[in-house]
Amino acid sequence: MRTNVPAGARIATAYPGISPRLLSSGAEDEDIGAYRSGGGYRPLGDAEAFVREVEASGLRGRGGAAFPAGRKLRAVRDHGAEPVVVANGEEGEPASVKDRWLMRHRPHLVLDGLRLAALGAGTRDAHVYVSDPRSRQSIERALEEARRDPAFAIEVSVTQVEPAYVAGEETAVVQAVNGGPAVPTDKPPRPFEEGVDGRPTLVGNVETLANLPWVQRLGASGYRALGTERSPGTFLMTLTSPGGTGLHEIPFGTTLRSVLTWAGEDVGSVRGFLMGGYFAGVAGKDALDVPLDYDAFAALRSGLGCGAVAVLHRDDCPVATSAAVMAYFARENAGQCGSCFNGTAAMSAVLESLRDHKASAADVERLRGWSTGLRGRGACGTLDGAANVAAALLREFPETVAVHLDGRCGPCAAGDVRLEPPSAALEPAGHGP
Amino acid sequence: MRIKLDRTLCDGFGICGVHAPESFSIDEWGYASLAAPLAGSGEVPTREEDGVRRAVLDCPVHAITELPEAGRPVA
Ligand SMILES: Cc1cc2nc3c(=O)[nH]c(=O)nc-3n(C[C@H](O)[C@H](O)[C@H](O)COP(=O)(O)O)c2cc1C
Ligand code: SF4
Ligand code: SF4
Repeated sequence: MRTNVPAGARIATAYPGISPRLLSSGAEDEDIGAYRSGGGYRPLGDAEAFVREVEASGLRGRGGAAFPAGRKLRAVRDHGAEPVVVANGEEGEPASVKDRWLMRHRPHLVLDGLRLAALGAGTRDAHVYVSDPRSRQSIERALEEARRDPAFAIEVSVTQVEPAYVAGEETAVVQAVNGGPAVPTDKPPRPFEEGVDGRPTLVGNVETLANLPWVQRLGASGYRALGTERSPGTFLMTLTSPGGTGLHEIPFGTTLRSVLTWAGEDVGSVRGFLMGGYFAGVAGKDALDVPLDYDAFAALRSGLGCGAVAVLHRDDCPVATSAAVMAYFARENAGQCGSCFNGTAAMSAVLESLRDHKASAADVERLRGWSTGLRGRGACGTLDGAANVAAALLREFPETVAVHLDGRCGPCAAGDVRLEPPSAALEPAGHGP
Repeated sequence: MRIKLDRTLCDGFGICGVHAPESFSIDEWGYASLAAPLAGSGEVPTREEDGVRRAVLDCPVHAITELPEAGRPVA
């Protein structure tokens, strides 16, 4: 069985030729002096003008859904009641490390983004939502410094929950900040309509928020100097391969082939990818040459999601990987919606028997039916992610599925396939969890 | 008439799907979601309003609630 090698020296490097916005080049633990002298915590003059700038920047959400950040700010700003903003740093996705990295190493960048989101939305009430204890410590230390700065101007409280896949979903965030359990609720209402304390609530991923100081500093057109028309700027990619975990800042529009080549991966042995953390399922080799852009990957019926990419090598089996991810969904769903706990269990059972060369063609047809029929039947997106995992396998690797029905899969016969889904390690071995 | 369905409450008795088959879509385990015409808005087709009212009353776990036209659940 393959185990995930902990991260080594590749952690936290920016793609060549760009000056990093999100990854720091300097000291490990950002302090307020360094952050301010680098241009942070600038007073916000005109909040309305800033919101227009965010809209024009084209910044999209980095938490998974790629929703335009400006449109979200606008919705809570214009709602009528005074809003609340929440920085979502829970990062329940096991293949992603970026949010915890940002909070641990660039807490002031995150808090500056939260400040700008709050002032832009028209409120001083803000929350940071985390599960990682070290992220919480780092944020609280930075908050102590920031509160002494009159320009900070907002009130921030921190909520810590137990880590869980579903705990970062936006309605789980709202329910937990309100003092309830960190599990999703059904919609409506959505947080922007009715969230924390019943007020319109903007839940923003910490990486999305960390881009706001850059929109303020560079303006919309300067912000757009990197990236593509529909996916402007840079994003943090958590890249997991048998060689370890890398955290990289990549301008949108770059290809995976360029990233892997630069990162020293053996592109020739790539069989495919697991995209968007666990949410988008497997992708084939053609993903190597598609620009990393939300819409380009959506057109492939895949997705960049939260920016986590796991490499499948020649000796990986996409059936085994998909089975491992589905088993994770069957374990980690919140157990609230019948279609989700039954559907993920059923899809997991078929994928595990397919992995073990025991499934029938009829089983695979039932899987195909669930992969479309279960979409939209959960209170949160988990069930859609699970459906994506099944659909992507059937679409991208039909020959491998056929071999698992009728023949003998090479990597599986060699006994070297994953029984656990890929997961990313935040720090090099010996540097704590 | 607008409704919402809380799938975290639904216990899969399938009663709503009997009363208003065009408004509730029942999965193979008996659990309900709003059917495609209602998705998003929760707006019930006029000819199904009577059936949906019975479903609201008969759902054993009160997973179905009527919404005012503006959006918040009726208290
Ligand atoms: C099952 C599930 C888990 C999620 N977990 C996270 C998470 O851990 N962190 C996060 O920022 N967003 C997560 N999201 C997305 C949030 O619901 C929400 O869209 C996001 O925080 C909004 O921020 P953004 O617009 O800045 O991306 C999750 C969504 C789903 C469906
Ligand atoms: S869809 Fe699944 S994970 Fe989401 S709330 Fe329902 S049971 Fe929980
Ligand atoms: S009647 Fe209620 S419990 Fe039964 S399927 Fe419909 S919503 Fe679920």
